[in-house]
Amino acid sequence: MKKWKKLTLAIVIIGILLPGIALAGGDKATELVVVADTRVLNDPGYYTAFMKYMANAYNTDILVFAIWCTVVTALYGAFLGFLMDFLLARTGLDLTSRKILEH
Amino acid sequence: MEWLTMYMPIAGIHIFWPGLVLIGFSVGTIGGFFGMGGAWMVTPGLNILGFPMAFAIGTDMAHIAGKSMISTFRHSKFGNVDYKLGLIMVLGTMLGIEVGAQLVMYLEKLGSVESVVRYAYVVLLALIATLVFYDYYKATQNKKAGDVGEHGAEGITWYKTLQKLNLPPMIHFKTSGFTCSLWLPMGISFLTGILAGFLGIGGGLIRMPALVYLIGCPTHVAVGTDLFEVMISGLYGAFTYSLKGRIEIIAVLVMLTGAAIGAQIGTIATKYAKGYGIRIAFGIAVLCCMLSIILKQFGYKDMAAVLILGTIGIICLYIIKIMAVGAFEELRDKKAANA
Repeated sequence: MKKWKKLTLAIVIIGILLPGIALAGGDKATELVVVADTRVLNDPGYYTAFMKYMANAYNTDILVFAIWCTVVTALYGAFLGFLMDFLLARTGLDLTSRKILEH
Repeated sequence: MEWLTMYMPIAGIHIFWPGLVLIGFSVGTIGGFFGMGGAWMVTPGLNILGFPMAFAIGTDMAHIAGKSMISTFRHSKFGNVDYKLGLIMVLGTMLGIEVGAQLVMYLEKLGSVESVVRYAYVVLLALIATLVFYDYYKATQNKKAGDVGEHGAEGITWYKTLQKLNLPPMIHFKTSGFTCSLWLPMGISFLTGILAGFLGIGGGLIRMPALVYLIGCPTHVAVGTDLFEVMISGLYGAFTYSLKGRIEIIAVLVMLTGAAIGAQIGTIATKYAKGYGIRIAFGIAVLCCMLSIILKQFGYKDMAAVLILGTIGIICLYIIKIMAVGAFEELRDKKAANA
């Protein structure tokens, strides 16, 4: 039980403090009112459904947009990581071990 | 040539997309090799492509999260990520950043915070660069004198004294290969966090040398562990900046495509580089970052951007060379062994 309490406490602290670490990555963000112009996204041959969906979400529900941005970034990052791993495994290089030599 | 530009639906502009791929590739290569996010490199690049500043920081943050994920994945396979150490340091860093941010708010009340922060940043970068080059000089002297340890000659070994701190609980970090008090990584990440929060940066530039010189991580493990930390903070950053409408997600995805290749090159290059090779290149990057800040301070913004982009190009070529030569030699040796 004690472990769970400690874990819960750690999660709460992380939740409270995490914005600091993220905001420290750049200038402080202020409120910004920008509207994505979805009128130009009506050409299906050139603009993808994904672009249109994200632009609409940006205009109508910023929380949905934020969740999608985070999820898509993480998923695409993971996908590219696995894809590159798959491709590099075929080069014949040993990608699982290395020597640590400082000088 | 219309196909070379891409419409960014949120920012409402057309961008030269090969430029985005190139930025992603370069920062992926350098970040994978040094173990940092590299926000200081991306922003001038995005600016030159005509990206509005309002979107540059958030877009940069999301791209860094995805890129660090790819690099961490690869470093993890090499055994370069000390997850236990990384998680402890995330906690210390977050607490420190809060304190640093509060310090800035306090200074804001007193006025002239911007110039104080900028000068402090320059001094800190100068100290880090001096430390890195002095360490290299000392290691070279030790090597000449025949003072060579398990992993080769070392210069500055402050971590040996700090690791002796006998304050329970003592923790063994298997991947890094040492045992120390929990309070050592916690305290150091707290201090580097204060600096990062005070300076308004992600902190990779400070954390990487701190991991090496003060905690005692082998350089390769310091790189992987720092990237793991950047990945966690970057993902949260992506969320919070999206909530403020400051992300152009299409640009993030395009940059990530370039970063996927760059991150592999940078990460695999660490396999063929000696720890001091990484440290020296890192020192040069820190020095150029410092010079660009000085140039900006005196109003030479274009020159600062040129300096940053020039540095990125040269360091990228250096890393690609290390990776290509190392991979070629490994494949040649394998072929010879099989023949």
